[in-house]
Amino acid sequence: MLKNIIGLLTGLLFGLGLLISGMTDPVKVQGFLDVFGAWDISLALVMGGGLAVAIVGVQWARRQRKSWVGDEIEMPTKTKVTSKLVIGAMLFGIGWGLVGICPGPGVVLLGTGQWQAYVFIPAMLVGMLVFQWLEPKMN
Amino acid sequence: MGIQIDWQVFTPISLVGGLILGVATVILLLGIGRIAGISGITSSLLKPKRVEMWQVLFIAGLVLSPLLYSVFRPLPDIEVTTSLPLLIAAGLLVGFGTRLGSGCTSGHGICGNARLSPRSMVATATFMAFGIITVFIGRQVLGLI
Repeated sequence: MLKNIIGLLTGLLFGLGLLISGMTDPVKVQGFLDVFGAWDISLALVMGGGLAVAIVGVQWARRQRKSWVGDEIEMPTKTKVTSKLVIGAMLFGIGWGLVGICPGPGVVLLGTGQWQAYVFIPAMLVGMLVFQWLEPKMN
Repeated sequence: MGIQIDWQVFTPISLVGGLILGVATVILLLGIGRIAGISGITSSLLKPKRVEMWQVLFIAGLVLSPLLYSVFRPLPDIEVTTSLPLLIAAGLLVGFGTRLGSGCTSGHGICGNARLSPRSMVATATFMAFGIITVFIGRQVLGLI
C-alpha cells in the first residue's frame, strides 16, 4: 500500500517538476536544442538541478540495505555501451527534436487536454510495441 | 554559424523544476528502490501481466499533475505543433528509440548520469547531439520546425 502511495505521489511531484521546469513546453525544448539559432539555455538548469539532487540521492541509496517499504534498491548493472544503446539514443534524439516532446512531458500533456498529446502518446506506445515485437528477433 | 544565447527567454525557475525532478527521483529510489525512468515505466503498462500497481499510479500522477498545478496558478500557455505527420513520426521514433536505447531524458539523463553510468553518459550525449542536429536541420536548414 505504501508502495502505491509513493508511486502516485512521486508521479504527481515529477509532473509538477516537469511543468515548472518548462520541459512540457515544446517551444522551450526546441529552443534549448536550437543551439545554432536563438539558444534558450533554461533546460540546462533542469538537468543540472535534477542531477545535483540525484547524485546525492544515489550516494545515500547506495548506503541503504533496503528501501523504505523493505524491497531491494534496484539499480541497473549493465555497463557495456552497445550499438543498440547508441542507435536507440539517436532515434530518440531525432524524435525529440522533431516535436520537442519526450515521454514524461508527453504523458503530462495528456492531462492538459492538449489534443497533440493524444496523437503523440499513442504513436509512442506503438513505437514501443514495435520494439517489443521485434526484440526477440533481434537477439 | 555563431552561438547566441537568447537571454530574453531564459527562465531561472527551470532550476526549481529540475530540483523537484531530482527530489521525486530520489524519493522513488529510496522509497521503493526503483528508477524514475519514464519511458521504462510507461512501457511497463504495455505488459499487463507484469505491470505493477505503483507504475500505473505513477503514470496517473503524471497525468493528474496539471490539475494539481492549476490549483496554485493557471497552467502556462503551451504551444505544440499541429502537424499530424510530425507528431506521429516523432512519437514512433521516441517510443522505439527509448526502448532500444533503454531510457530517455529521465532514466539516462538524470538517474543514469547520477550513477555515473557510462551507458547513460553516452546515451545522453547521443540523444542531445541528435536532438540538436534535428532542430538545426529542421529549423535552420529546412525551415520546417
